[in-house]
Amino acid sequence: MSIAGRSAYGEFVERDHTQHPPALTPGYRTSVLRSPRNALISPRNTVSEKTAPLITARELGELDNDLILNFAHGGLPIGERIIMHGYVRDEFGNPVKGAFVEAWQANAGGRYRHKKDSYHLAPIDPNFGGCGRMLTDDNGYYFFRTIKPGPYPWGNSTNAWRPAHIHFSIMGDGWAQRLITQSYFEGDPLIEQCPIAATIPSRDQVRSLIAQADTANDAPFDARAYRFDITLRGRRATFFENA
Amino acid sequence: MNQPLTPLPMVQRRPETPSQTGGPYVHIGLAPQQAGFDIFENNFGNVLVTDDTRGERITLEGRVFDGSGTPVRDVLIEIWQANADGKYAHPGDNQDKDVDPSFRGWGRTGGDFDTGVYTFETIKPGAVPGNNGRTQAPHVLMVLFARGINVGLHTRLYFDDETDANAADPLLSSIEWEVRRDTLIAKRSERDGKPVYTLDIRLQDTPDGGRETVFLDI
Repeated sequence: MSIAGRSAYGEFVERDHTQHPPALTPGYRTSVLRSPRNALISPRNTVSEKTAPLITARELGELDNDLILNFAHGGLPIGERIIMHGYVRDEFGNPVKGAFVEAWQANAGGRYRHKKDSYHLAPIDPNFGGCGRMLTDDNGYYFFRTIKPGPYPWGNSTNAWRPAHIHFSIMGDGWAQRLITQSYFEGDPLIEQCPIAATIPSRDQVRSLIAQADTANDAPFDARAYRFDITLRGRRATFFENA
Repeated sequence: MNQPLTPLPMVQRRPETPSQTGGPYVHIGLAPQQAGFDIFENNFGNVLVTDDTRGERITLEGRVFDGSGTPVRDVLIEIWQANADGKYAHPGDNQDKDVDPSFRGWGRTGGDFDTGVYTFETIKPGAVPGNNGRTQAPHVLMVLFARGINVGLHTRLYFDDETDANAADPLLSSIEWEVRRDTLIAKRSERDGKPVYTLDIRLQDTPDGGRETVFLDI
């Protein structure tokens, strides 16, 4: 496949690690024993890294991107109704089509539906599961609706609280683009205090994880909207084959 | 006064969205049944084969250890591999070989919450091309996400019964420290007449003398 004579499947531009958290971030304590001590090794991209699994729309259910309804058992979940939407693009601004976006989160009280969650003071919501998934369209656009998650206490230190956040997993068009991240919400004062957000070395990159209130897209008397765009690695054009 | 006719600034690259840890409850989104509930009709799991898939059935298994030698029981692992002929099910693989319609090449699983053991049921991949006309030894790409891991850790699994191919593999042979190459090579054994390849992954050197696995910046 080619675009105007150049390969559409060139190598990915190398990851700029200054834009990402390092592996060892002692402020986030679990990273200490779970971070490699050796430097990463950088091989050249091969077909293995330039390709990725294809997920098709017919493998997904109709409510998979509707967290308000996809676990409702005879009632609606309790909490603030929101729509999350945005574009998945690569570093050069090209839309990433057919990207597989998965999201998971706590409920309105900060409680996760997970057998290992220990925050039992906040109850499970019987009508809220907390996960969804979707494919981006030809413009790289995705959307889902959900309940805004609550903050959550955790054992990093005795009084550590995560800001409200939604976890995102994105499978793009190449294995090298595989990314897991978290989105935060505009105006949340806990973002400044969070040791996990603080693993990111630059404030601009932290800001890039903050979903923005998008009032023009609020659904009146129904749901507020938040905009969260995602940037994946870009491909270098291959104008000439290696030969 | 006119401005000098220098080019306008080039459109800059947008920075990649920064990674964050998958956290301890990564299963909710990526393996909800392991988190303890059923929500999707169709789940993506650790069995990559159907009855129709071509190739030798194999099991991949092992554990992931932290720097104290404790199994990482909340890890989530994904694999990506070519089919038995060495062809990826993706249009970016332009080899003149057939895609196997019953093999996607992708799987995911969590480590067992008690033992930390991960398992995949798959087929042994064929050799795939490398760069500059070279051939890569059969391999499986792996990526690890977990609490405490800020950016997903990439590595590869090779097979210990592919000695000659491994010796010629461009990536393995590019690892300057020969003593580290073995950390990527899974050991073959048989269980109930079925081949099992075992690869333990160490995020750091472990107190029992285990060496830190080679991780890749792909």
